[in-house]
Amino acid sequence: MVYKKPTLLNDTPMHYCPGCSHGVVHKLVPEVIEEMGMTDKTIAISPVGCAVFAYKYIDVDWQEAAHGRAPALASAVKRLWPDRLVFTYQGDGDLACIGTAETIHALNRAENITIIFINNAIYGMTGGQMAPTTLLGMKTATCPYGREVSLHGYPLKITELAANLEGTCYVTRQSVHTVAAINRAKRAIRKAFEYSMQGKGSNLVEIVSTCNSGWKMSPAKANKWMEENMFEFYHLGDLKDTGSDK
Amino acid sequence: MARMKGAVVVDTERCKGCDLCVVACPLDVLALTGKEVNRKGYNFAHEVLADTCTGCASCATVCPDGCITVYRLKTE
Amino acid sequence: MADQEITLMKGNEAIAHAAIRCGCDGYFGYPITPQSEVLETLAEQKPWETTGMVVLQAESEVSSINMVYGGAASGKKVMTSSSSPGVSLMQEGISYMAGAELPALIVNVMRGGPGLGTIQPSQSDYFQACKGGGHGDYHLIVLAPASVQEMADFVDLAFTLAFRYRNPAMILADGAIGQMMEKLVLPPFKPRRTEEEIIKECPWATTGRVGGRKPNIITSLELRSEEMEIINNRIQAKYREIEAKEVRFEEFMLDDADYAIVAFGSAARIAKKSIEIARSQGIKVGLLRPITLWPFPTEEIKKLAGKVKGILSLEINAGQMVEDIRLAVEGKVPVRHFGRLGGIIPDPDEVVDVLKRSF
Repeated sequence: MVYKKPTLLNDTPMHYCPGCSHGVVHKLVPEVIEEMGMTDKTIAISPVGCAVFAYKYIDVDWQEAAHGRAPALASAVKRLWPDRLVFTYQGDGDLACIGTAETIHALNRAENITIIFINNAIYGMTGGQMAPTTLLGMKTATCPYGREVSLHGYPLKITELAANLEGTCYVTRQSVHTVAAINRAKRAIRKAFEYSMQGKGSNLVEIVSTCNSGWKMSPAKANKWMEENMFEFYHLGDLKDTGSDK
Repeated sequence: MARMKGAVVVDTERCKGCDLCVVACPLDVLALTGKEVNRKGYNFAHEVLADTCTGCASCATVCPDGCITVYRLKTE
Repeated sequence: MADQEITLMKGNEAIAHAAIRCGCDGYFGYPITPQSEVLETLAEQKPWETTGMVVLQAESEVSSINMVYGGAASGKKVMTSSSSPGVSLMQEGISYMAGAELPALIVNVMRGGPGLGTIQPSQSDYFQACKGGGHGDYHLIVLAPASVQEMADFVDLAFTLAFRYRNPAMILADGAIGQMMEKLVLPPFKPRRTEEEIIKECPWATTGRVGGRKPNIITSLELRSEEMEIINNRIQAKYREIEAKEVRFEEFMLDDADYAIVAFGSAARIAKKSIEIARSQGIKVGLLRPITLWPFPTEEIKKLAGKVKGILSLEINAGQMVEDIRLAVEGKVPVRHFGRLGGIIPDPDEVVDVLKRSF
């Protein structure tokens, strides 16, 4: 056998739409936890948004946070249980909009946590409204004629912001639309988790993702659209990695 | 010459027919069913060129629902 | 007792010392007058070097309460403190904690409102504390200290009740109790619980799947109505149990009283002085001081209504607890309210005049 879904990803069918990037990341996270042997030492925090039910699928201990507050929960948990692997799993609305303060301050306090950030440039769960990361010109339910600077301001590159914070150790932007990208994203999650266990500071792994339902495209077309449009604004790759010097 | 022989097992009830595995397969081993649907009403992925599969696991890697298990055998 | 540690300190400082001494695992807070001494005292005491208690200044009250949520969800004994505007910001997190049934301590050293209001003492958050405060059907266990000693003693009591019922507890103090200095006996030191003790005491907590147990999930979310009703009914049954078992109150000179004052916190101290003055003028007045504001001493006030000719609710607000008193009295005797607003504390003589005019 060469491939099988990780055991920690249980058999409960996931509620995500067909082709959703969340599903792929939901495989990578438990794969890394299993490989690190941290199954019985992980405390995860789920957001409000499409991933609100992450706790139903990945068999570790979970706390379900209020909208945007996951990094606050994680900060406390990690300080109270320093030998546990503590991470949050958040979307763009949760992390880069309502929870901006919690995100920035947890990262800048150098909390030894990892934030996994799914950026699909739209509010998926509530039905496809504009997100802080929605691209200019992109149409959503609340900017049906396309995002315009004069009406809605600019999309937020919160990962770039995070890379400028003294408290962050590893800040990277990945995607999961090809096999190669998925393998890189998995290595990034592993590195972030390892740094957080080594007490090197806070880590942010952004995954530029698709929301084919919200974007109103087929999953394959959404991947193509993401390559052509999202990557131009949200450049892939490591923005910061100070873990190896510390 | 040694050659890799692969086999793909799709959990068809878990499959949502997103088509990403079909697109990811370099050898067109997989396709979605035409009319047949699973209990949730999705067309699902299945092997159409089973002999061609090398077990590269691209399909399983990109599958968002973890429906695919891949086996590989070295043959002479 | 020879080994008692007697000292003089502010109510806010007493909260901090009591937290360290009762084995608290973590404090998360944000500065706001008139309670900043809680965080300041903890920072000065450095308990992380002695008991291992975590102390963290958060970026907002929103964050502090969610840190408390995270800590409580992992079975730790955690707390925050704030004052009225800050506690308003915390309501979201408090509602989530009530929904997820998490034990924790929230201290509100009340100031006058609405809005930014004043920094002077007030009791105007009675409704917020006792009637839920945030969204959804829920209650906090609410303790109202009337002395610096009680500020210290109620920390351990609040944690005990919070963990007994898996419910957030609140110490509802006011700026006067928080800021005044009084003699107190410091509570004895209790060690923090070990990891093993936490796992044993809180098998529901997200401690990591220690020993390979099945995953623990802390959430207040359930989309299936039938399931959500079951959860809500269970929580309501817990509230009924708390109401039956945990009512606490103090009686003062009620035996021969013709009239009763009901007052909590610093208002109860004023009431005692007023009673002394009134009795010197031949008016027999007594005091019932609710110590738990929720659960409210409804039965005791109902009994009181059968004995006295009138009840005065003395509150440093525009009349909040008086509603609960009226519900308990069921119209049997007149119930009046007296309070001062804006951070002004009623004068005992003024209260005696009100008593004379009211009944």
